[in-house]
Amino acid sequence: MKKIHWDAVLMPLVGIALTLLAWQMISGRIVTRSLADGTVEEVKLGWVQDLPGPVQTWEKTRKYVVEPFAKREELDQGILRFTWYSLVIVAKGYAIALILGTPLGFLLGLSSTFSKMFDPIIQVLRPVSPLAWMPLGVVLFANAGKSANELAALFTIAVCAMWPTVLNTAVGVRAIPQDYLNVARVLKLSRTQTLLKIMIPATLPYMFTGYRLSLGIAWLVIVAVEMLTGRIGIGNFLWNEYNNGLYTSIVLCIVTIGLVGFALDRAMSLLERRFKSIL
Amino acid sequence: MADHVEISHLSKVFPTPKGPLRVVKDFNLRIRQGEFVTLIGHSGCGKSTVLSILAGLSEASAGGIVLAGRELTGPGPDRGVVFQSPNLLPWMTALENVMLGVDQVFYTASREERRQIAEYYLTVVGLGEALHQRPSELSQGMRQRVGIARAFALSPKMLLLDEPFGMLDSLTRFELQQVLLDLWNRTRLTALMVTHDVDEALFLSDRIVMMTNGPEAEVGEILHVPFPRPRRRQELLENPEYYRLREQLIEFLHVRAYTLKGQTPKGPSSTAPVLRAASSVAVAA
Repeated sequence: MKKIHWDAVLMPLVGIALTLLAWQMISGRIVTRSLADGTVEEVKLGWVQDLPGPVQTWEKTRKYVVEPFAKREELDQGILRFTWYSLVIVAKGYAIALILGTPLGFLLGLSSTFSKMFDPIIQVLRPVSPLAWMPLGVVLFANAGKSANELAALFTIAVCAMWPTVLNTAVGVRAIPQDYLNVARVLKLSRTQTLLKIMIPATLPYMFTGYRLSLGIAWLVIVAVEMLTGRIGIGNFLWNEYNNGLYTSIVLCIVTIGLVGFALDRAMSLLERRFKSIL
Repeated sequence: MADHVEISHLSKVFPTPKGPLRVVKDFNLRIRQGEFVTLIGHSGCGKSTVLSILAGLSEASAGGIVLAGRELTGPGPDRGVVFQSPNLLPWMTALENVMLGVDQVFYTASREERRQIAEYYLTVVGLGEALHQRPSELSQGMRQRVGIARAFALSPKMLLLDEPFGMLDSLTRFELQQVLLDLWNRTRLTALMVTHDVDEALFLSDRIVMMTNGPEAEVGEILHVPFPRPRRRQELLENPEYYRLREQLIEFLHVRAYTLKGQTPKGPSSTAPVLRAASSVAVAA
């Protein structure tokens, strides 16, 4: 029989309870009181008066959660429906990041000349925020007509997300044991064979570490991209609700974005571990 | 008959921060077709350097090598190399590891024929049941068996063995020496092995080339091993001649490897008592 570790179940629940409690304590609440002249006055109390508490948040946002795929209006849809729109665009941008990033990483790892030429540029571009890339994307694809918006979004996601893939792949290529390359040399494998049969398999675990980190960034970028482009999705929903003063939805979006990001990371790390176990 | 392998005036100089270091100086050796020759010497005497130049993994600073009438340039599958660590590719099964080389050499054969070649050699080294296992599922000894099968399966003009059993425990080492010898008896490939194990050298070789201490290591003395083949370890251990040769080897390594280069021998002086035991005395520096 498999032994259940109660600590592993119980402790996270305690942590969640404590967090909810802290949230409740700093959040604001509305109290009605009767005045002497017979009228009723609403008063906001609490440390952060505009922050809704946990109970209030649940009551106001439950319609998005209980019917997660509902589509009532363009800007009034279930939370997972919004999430789905975001995931689709993230997937596309992420795919571009991997398709560009992997070969770039191989070039950096294989050629010290290439590495000397482009490593400084990569190090400078890497920390640039998605908020800074987005306008450039808009300018670059301004003439693309109807799809300009989408291309700008994809550009931003790809350019922000590809660096971990590039750098980890490069590290992986440089870390290929000389022993493996000696096998290729004594057997006189062609360049293509050496790449396909030795270098790529030897680099896979590093590549997957890069892919996992890239996916995290791609998901991180989505909110900024949707805020700026107005594309429908969870980030856009968050921004609209903020502008409408519906702060309960902000909390819902944050929790959802966090959970989805966590799920993506878990899924990727399972894949990553699979590849690492071979080596 | 002309020699199968001719190593002439081989030198290797490595650049170091303190200036160039000549590891091997004017190394000459001729090996006949089907001969098993062993290079023995202390660590750092350049014996592995000689082997790696033969394998084409390292370039000679001077001198050259002729194999079967052709000057060697660079590495190639006409030489089967057994490395000290088996160097198997961990994402491939035992069979795929051997096939990697077989595909390269017998590219005119059908895929089925190539698979049969690889399976044959793996079966001969005792891995008929483990064809589809990955290196991580194999013991260290089994991995080196794959390494041996991979080298023989190429049907190379020459076999190069770089301390092939150096990383194994002594029981496994004995087993694998037997495996190697059996396979070699079937193929009689010209072989050059590097080792610092005196018993291993005596058991396997026709000739033992003793190298002086480095730097500027040279061929010191050459010992002919007269035991008839096929050899059995038990018979060798009952032969008094075996102990005479063994003593001669150890005496060289302990004394003349140094004195020939004008150095003073290290450690317990001169001929340490030679134990009449089957245990393998590794004379490592």
